[in-house]
Amino acid sequence: MAKAETIEKIYELIEPLNKKGIDLAPDVTFASDLELDSLTVMDLVADIEDEFDIVLPLNLLPELETIAHVADAVEKILKKG
Amino acid sequence: MDLLDKFDSIAALRASLPFEKADPFTVVMEEIISETEAMIGGRRTILAGTNNYMGMTFNEEAIEAAKQALDDFGTGTTGSRSLNGTYLSHKKLEETIADFYGMEHCMVFSTGYQANLGMISALGGKDDFVIIDADSHASIYDGCSMGNATIVRFKHNDVDNMERRLKRLPEDAGKLVVIEGIYSMLGDAAPVKELLEVAKKYGCMTLVDEAHSMGFCGENGRGIAEQEGVEHLVDFYVGTFSKSVGTVGGFAVSNHPKFDVLRYVSRPYIFTASPPPSVVASAIKSIEAIKRGSNRRAHLWENAKRLHAGLKDAGFDLCTEKAESPIIAVHFPDVMIGTKFWEQLIMEGVYVNMAAPPATPAGMFLMRVSVCAQHTTEQIDEIIKRFKTTADKVGLELKA
Repeated sequence: MAKAETIEKIYELIEPLNKKGIDLAPDVTFASDLELDSLTVMDLVADIEDEFDIVLPLNLLPELETIAHVADAVEKILKKG
Repeated sequence: MDLLDKFDSIAALRASLPFEKADPFTVVMEEIISETEAMIGGRRTILAGTNNYMGMTFNEEAIEAAKQALDDFGTGTTGSRSLNGTYLSHKKLEETIADFYGMEHCMVFSTGYQANLGMISALGGKDDFVIIDADSHASIYDGCSMGNATIVRFKHNDVDNMERRLKRLPEDAGKLVVIEGIYSMLGDAAPVKELLEVAKKYGCMTLVDEAHSMGFCGENGRGIAEQEGVEHLVDFYVGTFSKSVGTVGGFAVSNHPKFDVLRYVSRPYIFTASPPPSVVASAIKSIEAIKRGSNRRAHLWENAKRLHAGLKDAGFDLCTEKAESPIIAVHFPDVMIGTKFWEQLIMEGVYVNMAAPPATPAGMFLMRVSVCAQHTTEQIDEIIKRFKTTADKVGLELKA
């Protein structure tokens, strides 16, 4: 499970896209809960990359369905350094 | 479980579009009168959305050569380039393109889509990185999905955004930066010089897709990289015959000494039939004509600038500040007014492309107009006039 700090940062980046005002939680999904289309998700990924100074490859995207998935992926990439 | 159920939302969206008299997804060209006119729904219509930039579809030499090739070599090769599908003319076409680009090597593919698939999937191996623009054409995205490389995406035409990503990649890894000269939906040009210089600074190889810029950008019509004087920074060009060249097929050119090995590893090159001899013959003649076509180039740019200025003056919301290409994209506030506009415009006798997400960036709804070197000045003025009439009829508010 990712650190609260990582998840908080991701919440901050999602907030401007959270048009439906969903309560953000680790198990919230991008597609069905937040109703973000794939292009918006890709833009969000770009913001996350810049926030954490990492590369989050496009290939990973299909597996990242929830906020927790993204947070875990971010930490895994940060650890690999 | 019905496998088609998952498309129900798409079908519903399609059904919700309010077309009554004409529908952009079911347009049939009943008769092609010339490069710039066709009969659609029984109406004589100006074609302003065909990507036929250099107007080569009725080039006399190309037609003659195609007819001769049909007589001499038949209707098709029935085979892969790697087996029985390479004729002398395929080799001649590759030489013609290599010569056009002033490069050593060329591979001809059966479509432009396959050229990107074949190049990107073969170049990007398991431990490599392919770095692409967010607004890349589907053929680039699909080439990425097909290969095994790690895909990194940067913000459209944003040099700093690309550099930040390149900095994060391992120094010694294989890296391919893929950009397009002109982006097909908005018709905007890439800052190729800056992008390629940064790519080279980080040790990347570069691939530039000149599909929508070949024929009229640069002194010889090679594309944006020629226009900006940075051809020495391009490792691979990809292009198509289905736009300025006026037929169908694709190609890649390079000076790389090992280039030809791609013929043995690029699956979209190998596992499909080669282009038919008539297509190959017309492509050769057309590319030769493009090479000496500086008058056509000049007239095409005049048309593009005239259309851009005319629509801008009329108060339409254009996607680029000036005409950066023969693609002039007009932005519409929403789907309803956009669809109504397209429908009325075709009734007025002008065909343009209606472009909607996901083909367009940032959820934009566009009328994508593309001009041809064979459009007369009168036709361009007529397009502008009919745009205004249409706006009036559907109640589109124009900027004063």
